[in-house]
Amino acid sequence: MALAIRAEGLVKHYGETKALDGVDLEVPEGKVVGVLGPNGAGKTTAVRVLATLLRPDAGHATVHGHDVVKDPRAVRSLIGLTGQYASVDEDLSGTENLVLLARLLDFSRAGARAKAAELLERFELTDAAGRAAKTYSGGMRRRLDLAASLVGNPSVLYLDEPTTGLDPHARNEVWAVVRKLVANGVTVLLTTQYLEEADQLADSITVFDHGRVVAEGRPDELKRRVGGQTLQVRPTSLRDLDVVYRILGDLTGVRPTRDDDTGLLTAPVNDPVLLSTLVRKLDEAGITADELALRLPSLDEVFLSLTGKRNEGSLV
Amino acid sequence: MSTIALDRGVRHGFALAWRGILKIRKNPEQLADVTIAPIILLVMFTYLFGGALAGNTDAYLQMLVPGILVMNILQASMTAGVQLNTDVSKGVFDRFRAMPIARSAPLVGAVLADVVRYVVCVVVLLIIATVMGYRVQTGPAELLIAAGLAIAFGLCFCWASVFVGMLLKTPQAVQGIMIVLIMPLTFGSNVFVGTETMPGWLRAWADISPVSLLSDALRGLLNGGAIAGPLVGSLIWMAGAVAVFFPLAMWAYRRRV
Repeated sequence: MALAIRAEGLVKHYGETKALDGVDLEVPEGKVVGVLGPNGAGKTTAVRVLATLLRPDAGHATVHGHDVVKDPRAVRSLIGLTGQYASVDEDLSGTENLVLLARLLDFSRAGARAKAAELLERFELTDAAGRAAKTYSGGMRRRLDLAASLVGNPSVLYLDEPTTGLDPHARNEVWAVVRKLVANGVTVLLTTQYLEEADQLADSITVFDHGRVVAEGRPDELKRRVGGQTLQVRPTSLRDLDVVYRILGDLTGVRPTRDDDTGLLTAPVNDPVLLSTLVRKLDEAGITADELALRLPSLDEVFLSLTGKRNEGSLV
Repeated sequence: MSTIALDRGVRHGFALAWRGILKIRKNPEQLADVTIAPIILLVMFTYLFGGALAGNTDAYLQMLVPGILVMNILQASMTAGVQLNTDVSKGVFDRFRAMPIARSAPLVGAVLADVVRYVVCVVVLLIIATVMGYRVQTGPAELLIAAGLAIAFGLCFCWASVFVGMLLKTPQAVQGIMIVLIMPLTFGSNVFVGTETMPGWLRAWADISPVSLLSDALRGLLNGGAIAGPLVGSLIWMAGAVAVFFPLAMWAYRRRV
């Protein structure tokens, strides 16, 4: 498959701080690659290098074959960038922001107006088109920011923490927009601190920590790599908890984790067949369960096991 | 740079200048320092000190207005650095830089938008001065030349502010430094009083300061009198300012951007 982005051995040091310490990254055309990592892992630095805003100390990167250092202009004509912080002009209205960008991309006056109107419509900002961007809500501003990065019809889009600081509703809106873009064939490099976001949007995930890639793969691959699955069961009646605890313990050979408040029992399993065995045993004992599931570990757990620390940004 | 690239650069510069002008229109209060402040100075000096300094307020006003105009333009040229500094630290600048536009376009845009600011300054000040009783003694041609000269002066000295603006971290620091630089430059001149009563060291400077020379040139153009000497002096200063600060500003800009 053709690669939209290829980075090899990217290094960027700030004094003693190694923002990037030899990063390789490949993003196939038309795919979404999520770069996941805590604050300071080097995600934004990587995006800035790939967006020609920052020159790497070593290594090189290409976007559709154009080197980001040697041929920045060609790269710039292919990419759209949505920064971590709203990068629109707060004093200008939605229309004015988009018209300005269109003019900078050599649209005619009329063409720029038409493009702005089209994008505002598409991002449901038509009603707010004439208002200064500083009066927008967080979600609206992020939508305008996304619209701004699409003025030049980029084939590669960088989304640097596109939903940081947004409420769940606004976050869902942004996700819906990104899904639509991907459906139209845009390649997306997404950085996020939110495991759920990467899980929701990305075809594959690259995990950064201290400027290095510590893991990569499809979300389900990563989850599988980190650990086995867990069997979860919650009996309908809390009185059955002890019996189910014993059944589950016998079955898996380990002591299940037990939450006396919610009645949820959890135990790691290696063999998925155990699920049906558990169902049979519960049936034999005449116990009904409200919840019975075999689940992969959450990306939070993946992250913990890969980097040895909790991801502060994780969604609760 | 090829002519096509140059043409694109200028076009992008104009697009960004349009942004600057929109911002002035939306926040007209940012013009306060170059409209209200000089008016206060004009009124205060004229009616408070005018009688004592020049015998009567009308005579003082004739002498003061061209000088205040120079001071005003210099103040206005300071905003270029503050504005650019504010911009560079914002996400919107990253967006511009990640677009296939000339690297200098934001700089060109900021300076072009400043011309609008200068024009507003000149027009507002001359209207208020006229209301107060100031009269141009020459003709419309001289008036236009004087206004053009004042604006050109601002365009030459704005590079000093761009240089400082690209060197320092915060807009507040830029503003602070520029005020410290501009205050002695404008007051240590013949804008408010003749240089005859100044101590030797101050007079030596005040007589050749760019502010004094341009003030004299504008007095000649607007009130009548000698023009050539101070005009040549002003032009030398303007050329010098560009020769020194334009390369420094470009160097600092490229380093920062």
